[in-house]
Amino acid sequence: MTAVPPEQAKGDAVVTTALRKVFPGGFVAVDHLDLTIHRGEVFGLLGPNGSGKTTTIRMLCGLLKPTGGRAMVVGHDVAIEAEVIRTKIGYMSQKYGLYDDLTVYENLRFYATVYGLHGKNRAAHLEDHMAQIGITDRRNQLAGNLSGGWKQRLALACATAHEPEMLFLDEPTAGVDPAARRAFWKSIYTLAERGTTVLVTTHYMDEAERCQRLAFLSRSHLIAIGTVAEILEHFKQPTIEDVFIELQRRDEGAAA
Amino acid sequence: MRMFERVRNARFWPMLWKEFIQMRRDRLMLAMMTGLPAVQLILFGYAIQTEVRHLPTVVLDESRTAESRALIAVVGNTGNFDIVGAVADRVALRHAIEQGIAHAGLVIPPDFERDIKRGRTAHAQMIVDAADPQSSAAAISGAQLSAAARNTAITSTRVRTQPPLEMSVRPWYNPEQLSSVFIVPGVIGVLLTITMTLITSTAIVRERERGTLEQLIVTPIGKPSLMLGKLVPFVVVGFVQMTVVLGLGDLVFQIPNVGSLWLLYVLTIPFIVASLGVGLLISTIARNQVQAMQVSFFFMLPNILLSGYIFPRVAMPVPAQWIGLLLPLTYYLNIIRGILLKGIGFANLWRPTVSLIVFAIVIFTISVKRFSKTIE
Repeated sequence: MTAVPPEQAKGDAVVTTALRKVFPGGFVAVDHLDLTIHRGEVFGLLGPNGSGKTTTIRMLCGLLKPTGGRAMVVGHDVAIEAEVIRTKIGYMSQKYGLYDDLTVYENLRFYATVYGLHGKNRAAHLEDHMAQIGITDRRNQLAGNLSGGWKQRLALACATAHEPEMLFLDEPTAGVDPAARRAFWKSIYTLAERGTTVLVTTHYMDEAERCQRLAFLSRSHLIAIGTVAEILEHFKQPTIEDVFIELQRRDEGAAA
Repeated sequence: MRMFERVRNARFWPMLWKEFIQMRRDRLMLAMMTGLPAVQLILFGYAIQTEVRHLPTVVLDESRTAESRALIAVVGNTGNFDIVGAVADRVALRHAIEQGIAHAGLVIPPDFERDIKRGRTAHAQMIVDAADPQSSAAAISGAQLSAAARNTAITSTRVRTQPPLEMSVRPWYNPEQLSSVFIVPGVIGVLLTITMTLITSTAIVRERERGTLEQLIVTPIGKPSLMLGKLVPFVVVGFVQMTVVLGLGDLVFQIPNVGSLWLLYVLTIPFIVASLGVGLLISTIARNQVQAMQVSFFFMLPNILLSGYIFPRVAMPVPAQWIGLLLPLTYYLNIIRGILLKGIGFANLWRPTVSLIVFAIVIFTISVKRFSKTIE
């Protein structure tokens, strides 16, 4: 594992202990998950479909109640202080959560206001924010008329308008072109440099390799955690993609 | 002061702001909200005429006397019949009815006048196309009315006395017996039901479909603000629709409007809350907008048929009346017709009001609980 730089050592962004989620009907989606994400880290959560990535993210954001275990997010317990956590995190899902019939600016304004920004403060802040992601020219365009790449940028802008301490991204780059993906990752690094912790799930191996640390989930369990080099070492594979394929092969073997 | 700050900064304001922008941009919803009152008013105010008048009628007069002509005149004067022509024989009469030229045929036999003169009971016949029970009822009552009128006239000339008994009818509240006076207040109730159930439930389900509901739950907005912000705009829309229909009803249909409008608006609140409860409940059952629409229409059907909106509840079989008691609209129709047509006050309206309040509390509690579960 990498050493945590001293300025980030003031507590971890996410700490889960024996986190577990059982859905009605008995399906165990996440089991015995011990995960630590340091502050300021860009952390990747990987695994085949149905391995428990999205369930984990949803529990950390307060969208799902854990069945067992404990999860601390930015220093607060998700089971007790969900309301405090909500003011300090941002969340972007695959569906983006944009209002297609509101303009770019209206979407941003809406989410900023919901997060408690008001008045002149908000106006100035949103102008800055739009300039940063380069969407000022399209401020009056309806979100529904934006291309996939722009929608993704706007969704990121909406999720970060309140400058959250921690950002959750659930397959944020599914279905956008490579150029947009590159631009998106640039913004993620910018956010991380300013101290935002980022947890991202992805299927793209090049994206996984851009993360500072990774966790692999398989069949509801955490099976490996560490830097890219550590993961490759652990599985004795040349690339992350090979690790992924090897894992999927093991899953299928276990199922057969 | 703290209270004021809390209200001003409540996170429900941005919800309200965004909901009104969305309403303005959603053409279909806008059309539903503005077009629906207009269409409903025209359809139900003009087209639905439950009173049947001016049935086209042919006459087979085999008597051709002063008495037979007097009877035909009386029949024509009832207003239930329009004499459209004479026929030569029964075959022609049958043809006229079969072809739909006439819905009724008056047959006066040759010995009609002779029987009257001799003091025997003279017989005339009204043949009615009774396939449609409502128009045949009008024909039957019209025929009896004409006979009674002629009887009185003939008897009084013969014996020169006053009839021993006369029953006069005073139609209260709707003296001209126009169905628009009965229907138009009901249009308000039906419209509010549509807005609060169909439009509200599809708007909520759409948020779930597009993933914006999930996005909202992750924000610090909180459930009460989320629900209030989502529901209050439709309450505003409902009151606007109600005001528009009240205005048009007054201008176009001359609805009496004799009661207290304040009381009407106040007593509309429990009805709106009850209907919103139903809308919220539908949004927790439906998985997508199409389903929400289907369930809402399924709910609308008994509302239109069994609430007393068009068909009087007293004419329904008892089980149908029971079902009607489970619909908020049934109670609201009592309230709105009571206030607009009869001008009655709260003293005579507390029963339906209490029923509505109980209904509102029960259904709203259930649906808020269910809704809270869906967003966890």
